[in-house]
Amino acid sequence: MVEQLRSTYCSGIKEAATYAGQNYLVVDRSICHEVLLSLYEQWKFHSLTDLTAVHYPKDELPIEMVWILFSMSANERVRVKARFAEGEAVPTLTDRWVGANWLEREVYDMFGVTFAGHPDLRRILLPDEWTGFPLRKDYGLQQQDTVWVKKNLGIESGR
Amino acid sequence: MSDDQFYESLDEVEPGRTFLDSNELVLNMGPQHPSTHGVLRVILKLDGEKVNGIECVIGYLHRGIEKIAENRTWAGFAPFVDRLDYTAAVSNNLGYCLAVEKLLGVEVPKRAQYLRVILTELCRLASHQVWLGTHVLDIGAVTPLFYVFRDREDILNVFEKYCGARLTTHAFRIGGCRWDAYAGFAQEVLHICDDLPPKIDEYRDLITGNRIWLQRTKNVGHISAEDCIAYAITGPVLRGSGINWDVRKAQPYSSYEDFDFDIPIGTAGDTFDRYVVRIEEMRQSIRIIRQAVEGLAEGPIIARVPKVLKPPAGEVYVSIEAPKGELGYFLVSDGSAQPYRVRVRPPSFINLQALEKMAKGSLVADVVAIIGTLDIVLGEVDR
Repeated sequence: MVEQLRSTYCSGIKEAATYAGQNYLVVDRSICHEVLLSLYEQWKFHSLTDLTAVHYPKDELPIEMVWILFSMSANERVRVKARFAEGEAVPTLTDRWVGANWLEREVYDMFGVTFAGHPDLRRILLPDEWTGFPLRKDYGLQQQDTVWVKKNLGIESGR
Repeated sequence: MSDDQFYESLDEVEPGRTFLDSNELVLNMGPQHPSTHGVLRVILKLDGEKVNGIECVIGYLHRGIEKIAENRTWAGFAPFVDRLDYTAAVSNNLGYCLAVEKLLGVEVPKRAQYLRVILTELCRLASHQVWLGTHVLDIGAVTPLFYVFRDREDILNVFEKYCGARLTTHAFRIGGCRWDAYAGFAQEVLHICDDLPPKIDEYRDLITGNRIWLQRTKNVGHISAEDCIAYAITGPVLRGSGINWDVRKAQPYSSYEDFDFDIPIGTAGDTFDRYVVRIEEMRQSIRIIRQAVEGLAEGPIIARVPKVLKPPAGEVYVSIEAPKGELGYFLVSDGSAQPYRVRVRPPSFINLQALEKMAKGSLVADVVAIIGTLDIVLGEVDR
């Protein structure tokens, strides 16, 4: 599978390796959507088990997107990762997996990552008017939107 | 979406008409509502009794578990995962421990693996009992709730004797178990295994043949196998739609390959089939527990792990079959004593997303049945 992907996308596949017995692919952000769709079409990775992000503030491309796909017929998982720049829109997967909807909303809620083509991109766990994205590394552990807390809860602090 | 925006969106659907002109009624259900099993808010658009649209508003129980993890040590975060799915704390703990062990490359001793299986399966029984009682209560049968809570007591007593806690147990440690089985553990567990099957028959006698129950569950909340895969639904909901997939069989962990058990599956993918699947799962859990107790060999209960855990830099995704479905942990280590990122893949969150698909076009009373059959726990949905 890796060889075939490499021959199609050449240097777009940056790394294909196994860590602790788990397979993962690191791909270029320009082809990540195509690779994910071809994993669906050609290799029957029909389940999008999970989708999340990791924030590396010191890197040039600080947002790492992680997609975990699962193929029921082969009983195999694969992780696909791609790096994105700050403020760059990530292609949505809701066109192929309906289940990506809430997962992408959560990544937006927690990291401020926007998804191009997402039908309904708004916060999911935090209140709509909240400012800040808690899972970014620059967001403090006890930091909160004090204005929101004061206005809606009528107290100085949520603590 | 704020309420104002929501009403504006209704106007967009029917231009030129205000919200009050519309035949549609917007009904707000929750967040404080007995049948939403916690603080789930559902906005229903109704045409008479028929549900035309449904939107879930979640997050009322958000505690920032994933953020907390980044500020704790690897071992120090373990008690927090108990608070995700608080009806199945032991399962959450097992998943987290397995994931960290995978990062560390630690092999857990056999005795600890078997102990873990016994406690996790007991926990599955307890979780399914809570589901059964509350689900049936939502639909209008009050009695079974008391039956299941009576029987769940025996299981919680075992937890209490084992580790001192009944709900948020923190039963396991990274590398194995903190405590060995107490004196009389095997007898008590086997006693539950003997005691419970006739009680499950009792539940069945109370519920399965009941005409009201059948009418409220048959052909209600149908979801097809294809839709389950598209939504990445797992657990009894997936198996109720006829797909034979269970992490314990497909990708065994903690010695599940040693045990002989079946995966019950449904055919119709409706609320009734999911009920049958879960009831049958309880019987299979009893089978597993019996085998694990009989196979419990002497030996160490914890592997040699350092006091301060510093897993090598790397990432793993490890998942287990929790009572609600596939519970996964995606861990990123940067080689320090604290996790760089912990992502929990909560089965309840992902299964709840299908509520819209399952409830659209049904009657308003069925929404309650469908929320019950999804078996969600809001602690896990909101994290």
